[in-house]
Amino acid sequence: MTSTTGPSVLGRLLRNPLGLISSVVLTLIVLFGLASPLSPHNPNRALLELTNAPPLTGEYLLGGDQAGRDILSRLMHATLSTMLACLVVLSVSLLLGVVTGLIAGYYGGWFDAISSTTANAVMAMPGFVLLIALYAVIGPSIMTAMAVFGVLIAPSYYRLVRGLVQTVRSELYVDAARVSGLSDFRIISRHVLRAVRAPIIIQSSFVLSAGIGIQAGLEFLGLGDPSAASWGGMLQDAFNNLYIARINVVWPATLVSVTTLCLVLLGNALRDVLQEGASQVRPLRAKAVSRLRAERERPEGERPEGERPEGEHGPEQRPEPGSGGEARPDTAGAAEPLLSVRDLVIAYPTSPSAVRDVVRGVSLDVHRGEIHGLVGESGSGKSQTAFAVLGILPREAVVLGGRLRFDGADLGSERVLRQVRGRRIGYVPQEPMSNLDPVFTIGQQLVYGLRASTSISRATARSTLLDLLARVGIKDPRRTFDSYPHQVSGGMAQRVLIAGAVAADPDLIIADEPTTALDVTVQAEVLDLIRELREERNLAMVLVTHNFGVVADICDRVSVMKEGRIVETGTTSQLFANPQDEYTIMLLNSTLDDAVERPAWAEVNPT
Amino acid sequence: MVRFFLKQVMSGLLLTVVVTAVTFTLVFSDGSGIARRVLGTNATEEQVTAKVHELGLDQPVVVQYGKWLSGLVRGDLGASYFTGEPVGAMLTTRVPVTLAIVTIALLLTLILSVLLGVTAAVRGGWLDQLLQVVGIVGASIPNFVIAIALIFTFAIAVPLFPATGYVSPDVDPAGWARSLVLPVMAVLIGSIAGSAQQFRGAVIDVLRQDFVRTLRSRGISERAVIFRHVLRNAAAPGMTILSIQTIALLGGVVLIERIFAMPGMGLLANSSALQGDIPAVMGCVLFTIVVVVVVNLLVDLLAGWLNPKARLS
Amino acid sequence: MSVQPLLDCRDLRVSFPGRGWRAGRIEVLKGVSLRIRPGETVGLVGESGSGKTTVGRAILGLAPVTGGSITFEGADLTRQAARERRRGANALQAVFQDPYSSLNPAMTIADILTEPLLGRGSSRAGGRERVRELLDRVGLPADAGSRLAREFSGGQRQRIAIARALALQPKLIICDEPTSALDLTTQARVLDLLLEIQEATGCAYLFITHDLAVVRRMSHRIAVLLHGEIVEEGDARQICQEPRHPYTRTLQMAAPVADPARQRERRLARQRLARGQLAGDHQ
Repeated sequence: MTSTTGPSVLGRLLRNPLGLISSVVLTLIVLFGLASPLSPHNPNRALLELTNAPPLTGEYLLGGDQAGRDILSRLMHATLSTMLACLVVLSVSLLLGVVTGLIAGYYGGWFDAISSTTANAVMAMPGFVLLIALYAVIGPSIMTAMAVFGVLIAPSYYRLVRGLVQTVRSELYVDAARVSGLSDFRIISRHVLRAVRAPIIIQSSFVLSAGIGIQAGLEFLGLGDPSAASWGGMLQDAFNNLYIARINVVWPATLVSVTTLCLVLLGNALRDVLQEGASQVRPLRAKAVSRLRAERERPEGERPEGERPEGEHGPEQRPEPGSGGEARPDTAGAAEPLLSVRDLVIAYPTSPSAVRDVVRGVSLDVHRGEIHGLVGESGSGKSQTAFAVLGILPREAVVLGGRLRFDGADLGSERVLRQVRGRRIGYVPQEPMSNLDPVFTIGQQLVYGLRASTSISRATARSTLLDLLARVGIKDPRRTFDSYPHQVSGGMAQRVLIAGAVAADPDLIIADEPTTALDVTVQAEVLDLIRELREERNLAMVLVTHNFGVVADICDRVSVMKEGRIVETGTTSQLFANPQDEYTIMLLNSTLDDAVERPAWAEVNPT
Repeated sequence: MVRFFLKQVMSGLLLTVVVTAVTFTLVFSDGSGIARRVLGTNATEEQVTAKVHELGLDQPVVVQYGKWLSGLVRGDLGASYFTGEPVGAMLTTRVPVTLAIVTIALLLTLILSVLLGVTAAVRGGWLDQLLQVVGIVGASIPNFVIAIALIFTFAIAVPLFPATGYVSPDVDPAGWARSLVLPVMAVLIGSIAGSAQQFRGAVIDVLRQDFVRTLRSRGISERAVIFRHVLRNAAAPGMTILSIQTIALLGGVVLIERIFAMPGMGLLANSSALQGDIPAVMGCVLFTIVVVVVVNLLVDLLAGWLNPKARLS
Repeated sequence: MSVQPLLDCRDLRVSFPGRGWRAGRIEVLKGVSLRIRPGETVGLVGESGSGKTTVGRAILGLAPVTGGSITFEGADLTRQAARERRRGANALQAVFQDPYSSLNPAMTIADILTEPLLGRGSSRAGGRERVRELLDRVGLPADAGSRLAREFSGGQRQRIAIARALALQPKLIICDEPTSALDLTTQARVLDLLLEIQEATGCAYLFITHDLAVVRRMSHRIAVLLHGEIVEEGDARQICQEPRHPYTRTLQMAAPVADPARQRERRLARQRLARGQLAGDHQ
């Protein structure tokens, strides 16, 4: 997908089945049109004896039309005229739409304001009806009509190009180019055109498809040039003659449909080929998942001893404490842990049949009232582990093995998950703003969420939540309650989310980087809040973070993750004082807390 | 909300004025041409000049447009150059036919494309792939070709429905419904194909948002997450397609009326354009733009009601 | 202070038009003065909304300056025409925060690294030699030049961005949160690289970040920005060990330290300070 020396775009297009078929068919149609000077007959020569002749009569391969003209020859000439009309549409709409889109997107300002308003107005115009109305002025000139259609369709290019240019313009690489002293012209040709090229080509195939439909439609209504052969005109003639020579409808109708269809297919194929990176892997089918699970059943060397594969199916089988490999969670007390994760394996599909593991056998225990830090770098699988506890992994993720138990119940069952989600396990996400539904007020979504997991009345829910909002440090709870998410700040939104997570009085909180998106001063306050809530409610917590400062501040125990595995687990003080694993030591050495200040410049540069 | 409503109404009115003004200027730009077309090819220069004066075509276009606009406010759209019949009266007999097709098609498009789009997005699998294929075919083939295919199939090969003609609902409601089936189907296939794709995309985009995960984490059932939260968020981006589909539909209906011989607005537009009966053409343009504006208004209001961000910002 | 400063910002003001029809302009920088001497690193610390990124962008000519002056190597950048400015771009370069957005994913590394040389009339062969040098300078293999930007990880991309900034042998590099998108271990290595480059080339840095620990490691001098104004400025040792402004103190105490015992002390001190401030507010 990322190889630079792959086959050319054309090569890749022809390797795509739909791309190949549509390109071949369209090429044949173009050749058919280009061959019209060699047509077997003059398209306007009428032979009365061949009126409505069926195919393969006399010299007429496809038969004759209602005026006795050769249908095949007429089709060839009509194809050429359609091709010319396509050229007209493309040149007018590209010239207008792309140029204005580039200027408006790159420079913005008044030009953008005016051109965008114009484009919106043109887009809202009933194009086809206008073309019919304009027949009164332009008369039977289909090329002029198609030029007008080019103007009417230009806004689709304008919008596309303007949007793309605005995106590119906001990219830092354009800033970097400006900092390097490149002129606007150079920037546009190096960076901007590169980004708009492919989408314009794709869009063009859709525009052409629409244009051909419009052209044929106008001609079908008799608004084309009656003296020239055209697809729409032939279709009209044949349609009027439907009960006499039914077969005559088939040729122009097929040609029109196949051409428009192939153009759209080509556009889709081009999109797949040119924007490969955008295509994502679909979720695996159930069959593939069970096959993969079965494969994993085979005990491998890396499986911790004492693990019984059949245990995954056994009813209510408890993991034996003290079993497991080097990364086994030590059971601090004799008490049953509130949450117990054993040998969790999570994978993501890389193709319809293969997967890549992101979590490779994670085991951990969390006791009541304990904050367990899950720390690691990006891609270590720490968030995936946390999501799995709540059963809120992305749809394409597959849990390939392991057991999750919460207070004696098996979290592998959807029924149990439904009961515990919200009610007994709460979730605090990373990004405050994107985790609130923008279309509901904060109060509406909190009340709805609370009532989904409990059976309290609306009024009780409301008063509980208002109290809770005050508790998490929101100054004017009533106002926040009635606000929409975009009306509050990030720190405020994170407090709202914490309130939402603890509203149903859960026993366990899954917090995924709860302070990463916040400023340090706000982070400190939110950590204080979490600590207080833990003490008030005896909450247990899985806290995912990459920040060792946060771990030191708030966690009782901590597990260090690397590439989907836990490399070290221990109490926080133990881990900081006496880290065992090499990776943990390296991570701790990368923190800058103990870095000494650099000396003042004057000391280094004595004058 | 009131301010939002007024803003949308104002922009709709503005659009009506702009579009009619542009069309008016273009079609009335050549006064003697119009007169010549009305009089026929044998008319003398004097006759043409007299006709130009009679029809008021010698006045500046701005003045003519002003007159047309002030007439419009009074409910007077002028009279046909050929029959002398008031355009308003011509429209009243035609509007119900076209509106019936357009309204039924739009409502069905909305309902079916939401259902199909959401199901495809949420369920995925074969249903999703089927929708993609049908979507591409339905959206790419021009609807008048589809109409001809429908006549072939359901009126000629298996004569279930009438091939042509329109029955007034006052005369025979069942016949009216039967006469609408094929025309509505012909325009519906294309518009559902496009809209369902758009809704599918919008729902998939929303499903990827972080807040969906958070809602699930609160114990909200999957059904409630989709119908209460996801659908509402997807409504605004999904419904923009309805405005575009309306415009396509109004164009398509001209062809459909021609094929099924339905005495609606489209047939009137077609024949008056061919004849050069400009006042009738302007009447049809006005009708179309009014439908577009009204649908846009409804879509915007619905989107604004569903999504406070659109309304508040 | 007898040395002529390399960069001298005086009373720098930047404002953007507000949203909406008649909204007034929003002033993001309310008179920022900043000096950087040759070979010096000045750290600019602030939280979101403080305007720290805008300072860097204003110096680079990417944000509209509405007041004050920016003197670089004796010339006032705010009075220069675009063409003149482009010619002077050699000496002033930048490394941005997001290594994904700052490199065009569809371009090869060689193309990216030679971009600054465009329009400076350097030959193609010389360009290739320069690419190899630059890649070596930032610790990337010489064959990286023919690969696309999107094939590299975040840390490697940031190295490429640094190499691009070095292409014109600048005297000042504006580093806008260059490591905040990176993992801890990668961050440490990139910071080391930046220090090493300064050692070797003697370039100056304006190091913009929200992270006090990073800025302490990197800077000779530190300026603390709050709501578009510098509230405290001084040598790194003074700012870190004896902060004078309450905001500097708050910032410092809010940053958690990776040591449970010390963090506990810091937390208690912060809570005491907050209570004290609260009490002070009520007096």
